[in-house]
Amino acid sequence: MTTTSTAAAARARAASHPPGQLAVDLASVHKNFGSLQAVRGIDLTISSGEIVALLGPNGAGKTTTIDMILGLSRPSSGEVSVFGTQPRQAITRGLISAVMQTGGLLKDLTVAETVEYTASLFATSEPTGEVLRRAGITEIADRRVAKCSGGEQQRLRFAMALLPDPELLVLDEPTTGMDVDGRRNFWASIREDAAKGRTVLFATHYLEEADAYADRIVLLAHGQIVADGTAAQIKALSAGRTVRVTLPGADAHQLRQVPGVDSVELRGDTVLIHASDSDAVARYLLTATPARDMEITARGIEDAFLALTGDGNATGAATEGAAR
Amino acid sequence: MTAVAPDLSSRRAPALGGFNLTALRLEVRRMLRNRRTMLFTLILPVVFFLIFGLNKVYANDKLAHGNESAFIMLSMALYGAVLATTAGGAMVSIERAEGWSRQLRLTPLSPVAYIAIKMLTAMVLGLGSVVAVFVVGRATGVPHLDGILWIGCGLSVWVGSLVFAAYGLFMGYLLPTVNVMQILSFTLVLFAFGGGLFVPLSQFSPLLRTIAEYTPLYGLNQLVHAPVIGGDVKLVWVANAVAWLVIFAAGAIWRFRKDTARV
Repeated sequence: MTTTSTAAAARARAASHPPGQLAVDLASVHKNFGSLQAVRGIDLTISSGEIVALLGPNGAGKTTTIDMILGLSRPSSGEVSVFGTQPRQAITRGLISAVMQTGGLLKDLTVAETVEYTASLFATSEPTGEVLRRAGITEIADRRVAKCSGGEQQRLRFAMALLPDPELLVLDEPTTGMDVDGRRNFWASIREDAAKGRTVLFATHYLEEADAYADRIVLLAHGQIVADGTAAQIKALSAGRTVRVTLPGADAHQLRQVPGVDSVELRGDTVLIHASDSDAVARYLLTATPARDMEITARGIEDAFLALTGDGNATGAATEGAAR
Repeated sequence: MTAVAPDLSSRRAPALGGFNLTALRLEVRRMLRNRRTMLFTLILPVVFFLIFGLNKVYANDKLAHGNESAFIMLSMALYGAVLATTAGGAMVSIERAEGWSRQLRLTPLSPVAYIAIKMLTAMVLGLGSVVAVFVVGRATGVPHLDGILWIGCGLSVWVGSLVFAAYGLFMGYLLPTVNVMQILSFTLVLFAFGGGLFVPLSQFSPLLRTIAEYTPLYGLNQLVHAPVIGGDVKLVWVANAVAWLVIFAAGAIWRFRKDTARV
């Protein structure tokens, strides 16, 4: 087993990757399962060194997309390339590795044995003691996998993923089922690791997670990319509130002129106003119009997804993610 | 569009599709940890030998190159080896159920190298089973075999059990359950009766005997005992063993291809 010094590897990585070297390149990728269209035409490029979150509700096509990037499944049409090669090629050469959601561990091995086993399968690998330390599971190295908590098992999967010192680390909803503490600790490890320049792609349905750990968020809904931008840009899309009032004879055009209003919807006497500044809208409605029965509700990320996919606004909302 | 950077070209795939002795050692260790497997493959055949192989009524009856006790010892060694290799092969069922097979697809390990590791692990356990029965047999001092036959017959039992490593793999891929061995142990008992490992086929009715001659352990059982009884090796025995090896291996390859096909 050959060992690469992490620092040297990080320097090599930085030196050999001009910005714009593509870690992931998906070109009009579709994936159908029978009549179900899980992924409906995704174009996505990820440059070396980016930390990208694939954000979307359950069933948005996140796992399907990730499976294709990892070579676990084949697109129905379109091209998937990872570091300019086929996904399976990239895996055999240790260029990509992944932390999957659940399963994938042998209950009758210990933590250290699992790492040792996985390490033995690669041409070159990081020292097992080192990855255990970086994943924070040195203390439980001799524990059987069956006796590990969900969070500990996830750290073990992370340790295994670190073994080939991959250029791209893919995480599929890595903190599902973890408590708040476990989640924070897990992300601290990922963050520490990513600071060395590794490209990271993770799927999540928590906006907070995407916001806290990614420098670019790709928003996925119904198998399509509906927005792509920095965390701040994406957050703005879902940050608004909905103001609902009864206002007979409302003038939609006039309401749209009010500062802070994103969109106006008339339903008979009821008016729904989506606004980034709901305070200003409320002040205006209560002082300058006969509006009554006011309700103000936060627009959740799910609503943002629906808004983005439902109103055909997807192209307008999409922004180019800036390369780091 | 993408220039392959220098450090990427230095990234290489492992030799032999990822096959290595560390993985083999850990697989064997896993199997040794499984108490049920140990009980059925190492202890049960020995107990059977002690019960059936030492009976004073017939144990010392002479055969051409040994005695009846040695004959039974070989039967039990074959039974143990077959249980062991089947159990080893069938481990793929558990690994598929636990998602380990999928996890391995995120490593460079090639499917063929994985199968090679599984087969070898099964064969290591099979060897353990043969050695256990032989060592206990030797210690009792009752079985008699012409010197070289201890090695020759032992080897033929062991190599022959390869047929059942293929059987275990086939069933492991076919049956999606963690309890696959409970089903397989039952089929192995049937095969053992059919092969004449527990009761001589001469005691069967003519019809049952004809059926028994087509079962998977018949050929192997005849082959491993032939050197002790003396007399010619019949071609149908070899044909039986080879035919079943081909059937099980083809079945395993068929299911394995289906399992590893990317959808």
